[in-house]
Amino acid sequence: MKILVTVKEVATVEDEFEIEGTAIAEQYLGADLNEWDDYAIEEAVQLQEEGVADEVVTVTIGPEECEQTIRQALAKGADRAVRVWDDSLEDVDLLDVGAKTEILSAVVEEEDPDLVLTGVQSGDDSWGATGVSVAENLGYQWGAVVNHLEHDLEDAASVRRELEGGVEELTEIELPAVLTIQTGINEPRYASLRGIRQAQRKELDVKALADLDVDESAIESELELSDMYEPESESDVTTWEGSAEETAGELAELLRDKGVAP
Amino acid sequence: MTDVLAVTDHRRGELRDVSYEIITAGRQLADETGGDLHLAVVSGTVDDFAEKVNREGVDAIHTVDYGEEFNHDVYTQAITQLYDDLAPQYVLAPNSVNGLDYAPAVATELDLPIVTDTIGLETDGDTLIATREMYGGKVETTNELEGPAVATIRSAEWPQAEGTGDASIETFDATIDEDAIGSTVNGFEEVGGGDVDISEADVLVSVGRGIEEEDNLPLIEELADALGATVSSSRPIVDNGWLPKNRQVGQSGKVVTPDVYIAIGISGAVQHVAGMKGSDTIVAINTDPNAPIMDIADYAIVDDLFDVVPALTEEFQ
Ligand SMILES: Cc1cc2nc3c(=O)[nH]c(=O)nc-3n(C[C@H](O)[C@H](O)[C@H](O)COP(=O)(O)OP(=O)(O)OC[C@H]3O[C@@H](n4cnc5c(N)ncnc54)[C@H](O)[C@@H]3O)c2cc1C
Repeated sequence: MKILVTVKEVATVEDEFEIEGTAIAEQYLGADLNEWDDYAIEEAVQLQEEGVADEVVTVTIGPEECEQTIRQALAKGADRAVRVWDDSLEDVDLLDVGAKTEILSAVVEEEDPDLVLTGVQSGDDSWGATGVSVAENLGYQWGAVVNHLEHDLEDAASVRRELEGGVEELTEIELPAVLTIQTGINEPRYASLRGIRQAQRKELDVKALADLDVDESAIESELELSDMYEPESESDVTTWEGSAEETAGELAELLRDKGVAP
Repeated sequence: MTDVLAVTDHRRGELRDVSYEIITAGRQLADETGGDLHLAVVSGTVDDFAEKVNREGVDAIHTVDYGEEFNHDVYTQAITQLYDDLAPQYVLAPNSVNGLDYAPAVATELDLPIVTDTIGLETDGDTLIATREMYGGKVETTNELEGPAVATIRSAEWPQAEGTGDASIETFDATIDEDAIGSTVNGFEEVGGGDVDISEADVLVSVGRGIEEEDNLPLIEELADALGATVSSSRPIVDNGWLPKNRQVGQSGKVVTPDVYIAIGISGAVQHVAGMKGSDTIVAINTDPNAPIMDIADYAIVDDLFDVVPALTEEFQ
């Protein structure tokens, strides 16, 4: 069985930042492996270690800079990686669900995996929709927000979907399928030094849209990001100032006033 | 005219609150250009549900009587067929876990753009302007879309529709292709029971990822002890296995309403806030003055928890 895992490098924002136009100014941004994808990688690697999967391939849409993030996934045990990038993607403000679906679908078609694992959402733009969209686009089955997967995979995947309010749904999904993976499904490993060394030698294939037969027009976002701003605060928060002792003293007084503390 | 088709949400025989909120969101969009608001009620006791969602502002309710519980293939088929029949400008779905299990498929199937987790929607009939958050709530964005679209709405952003409506209630004969149903729901399970019920606590000392390591947790426990309070947490603490699932506050954890909720090193992501915004008094201890938790906090200490928490514990020892 072959597993394809989508891996995204997400943008992180510093505590204090400034907005320039419809983006956060570059100097306040960092980069990290998407939290949800980390769990998806771990799940795939465990399936491989148990002999259920023969190959784990990652796919990323992103510029060359994100190769360090891809190497993290390789260091954790993925066999090889595909990275899709193109000049035409360089200037895109916002890659919407439709555009990602077109690109990722092309890679899935080429790789023909039995199982595709994605994160439930990405930590930066949090669409939470790409996995299901890819599945529908390709006629794969799917399950969104999976927090448990039985590893005796044959023709179907037995999963738990995490609903709201501490309720889980027990679902059987025919393969091939796309599962969007929720945090907590496993314990993602840290890459070992040996893993990191090995990752340097693993295959990282770069593809342009033309290599995947994806037409540039297909990835034009239908959404236009027209504004970005800091949300207006809804509450009149009282912020205590001073040393830790002083602010802790204020809070202690409040708690005593409310009669909730000794 | 901008007709809207909004999809209701239910689970285990109960309509979920977002079903009433989506009426408000849909009505508002339809009103902007004088269109009609259609509701879809798919699976379950549809007649009973239809009666309940027949609130002010709903023009028509379409019931699809197929199966007991949510199945995304049934929903996708039913909604795409309703769309073809009604030709609305917008399809609204809840940004619930189930909404996210069918809305993207509906959009893809209909070849429509999708915008998820919206917190504001406006239209002039052609352009949809959707407001949503990025970077875990640190910024808000507006997104413009031409023509028909699918949008999912965040729960608790729109008020619940009230009053009794006089919508037409019609059975919609969706043709469900059973061969295309590729997944089966075999049941449900409640998780997170156990020793402590955090929803009963008067004071919660709640810890988030700011605590960094499991070894630092005693700092929080000592504070809770000194206060006679209960320890709860955000999701990453539970994901890491540092606290059991029954301590998790939020959308997929517990809803809590204590007198005082002290959020320590918790950013206030929407899924967390969903579980604690009903707390009487909210105190945030966080190094980030712009963390979203500040928007709902009553009191805040913008400082390092490793300095503040021990000082606070000392106050009560
Ligand atoms: C479908 C779904 C369901 C979810 N359900 C839930 C749920 O039920 N409950 C839940 O909590 N989350 C849930 N989440 C996850 C949620 O999106 C967030 O990822 C999570 O709440 C973040 O937890 P956090 O605030 O502890 O961590 P972070 O967002 O990482 O925030 C840590 C905070 O600590 C602060 N900090 C760091 N160091 C210090 C210090 N030394 N002193 C003081 N402050 C410090 C930082 O400024 C930051 O604000 C769900 C997500 C999805 C997609």
